[in-house]
Amino acid sequence: MNESNVTFEETLAELEQAVARLEAGGLTLEESLALFERGQALAAQCEKTLEEVQLRLETLQPGEAGFESVPIDESGE
Amino acid sequence: MGAMDAPTRWTVGEITRYVRRLFELDYRLQELEVEGEISDLRIPGSGHAYFTLKDTDAQLRCVMWRTAVQAQVRMPEHGEKVIARGRMGVYEASGQYQLYCDQLYPAGQGDLHARFEALKAKLEAEGLFDQDRKRPIPELPHVIGVVTSPSTAALQDVLNVLKRRYPLARVVLSPTTVQGDGAPPQIVAALEAINTQTDVDVVLLVRGGGSLEDLWCFNDERVARAVTASRIPVISGVGHEIDFTLADFAADLRAPTPSAAAELATPVTIDDLAEAVLENRRLLGEYLSGAVSENRRRLDQLAYTLQYLSPRGKIDSARQSIDQLSVRADSAMHRLLELRRAKLAGTRRALDAISPLSTLSRGYAIVSDQAGQVIGNAGNVSPGNLINVQLHRGRLTAEVIKQEVDNE
Repeated sequence: MNESNVTFEETLAELEQAVARLEAGGLTLEESLALFERGQALAAQCEKTLEEVQLRLETLQPGEAGFESVPIDESGE
Repeated sequence: MGAMDAPTRWTVGEITRYVRRLFELDYRLQELEVEGEISDLRIPGSGHAYFTLKDTDAQLRCVMWRTAVQAQVRMPEHGEKVIARGRMGVYEASGQYQLYCDQLYPAGQGDLHARFEALKAKLEAEGLFDQDRKRPIPELPHVIGVVTSPSTAALQDVLNVLKRRYPLARVVLSPTTVQGDGAPPQIVAALEAINTQTDVDVVLLVRGGGSLEDLWCFNDERVARAVTASRIPVISGVGHEIDFTLADFAADLRAPTPSAAAELATPVTIDDLAEAVLENRRLLGEYLSGAVSENRRRLDQLAYTLQYLSPRGKIDSARQSIDQLSVRADSAMHRLLELRRAKLAGTRRALDAISPLSTLSRGYAIVSDQAGQVIGNAGNVSPGNLINVQLHRGRLTAEVIKQEVDNE
């Protein structure tokens, strides 16, 4: 969860890879369909992430092992 | 052209333009500061400011364009001692030379300004501001560090921009005061603190607008050096558009305001990403139908090839061959039979020719004993024996009367 943006990038990268493989062609119909379906699922996942994502705000506080990043509740904004 | 020639005659416009050109050619007049007291300050509807700078000896007419006026944190008032920055020029329409003023600051801060310039020159000479020291700003930052005061509008500005443009990021605030004498060490400490966070991709060093003194901590040598020393790329956004601090010069990227810093930190927005996803979705569909038609093409081709290679044709032609062959076989058999028949007749004739029966027809006879044994030797019978005689037509039974045996 902490790295959902990394997941987004990875998902987008995988989506782009699926598109590139489909574009390259030379696949069986079954392979093409599988790639298409995988790509659709990845795109949906990306869109869901983009829709739901919210900026997370943290602040640095001195801790035992150096500075710690602590979430800030912004609801009072 | 000698000394005897009459003096050159000019039009007013010509001589005024010539004088104006003289001003422009003198580099000392193109960037200068003039200290004096403000008087006759007028700012009409155009927004440009017109005033006179005075000291005990003389007066100097000044004009300040609207953009420069608006960029002033504060416009000095009548009677205030100021330092005016700008260039000297000639306004042809009224034939007046005047100072085109870019910036006004209180005369008391003249020292401050000199210190700023000196420090800037020193750090510049050290290479702190070199372009090749500037690091690239990541396109898709995972974690954005913000060094500023938690309670300021600048932070809210930054957060609002980030929420709108790139809510995928995690923002880590490294709090510090950004005003006052105590600020520089705190800013340095906050920069160092954010640099302990290994996952931060870019740091925003921001502060909202304020007076020259308010922003002065960003001209501190320690702050400038801390910006340069930052392991993480730094985007500065201090004050307003016209405010250039040493921290700005030291930063990897200088933004005119805190909001602009947040924008520069997010070159790719969530809208761009959504568009990229959509585009990939579209390409998926396009390439799939491409793959389908490619497969259909292959299928068509294979079906055609298959038809071409089908055994039906062979079967048909084989069937025809069989028909033809059987016809040929029939006639061949027929001919063979004819041949045999003819040959048989010939053989029969030959056989007839050597048959004893035909010999008999010529008058010869075959003699045999009662047992049917052909008698070829007279010694084999005795007188009184009965013998059979086969003639060409019919048989006789006879009795041996006499015998003569040949001695061999």
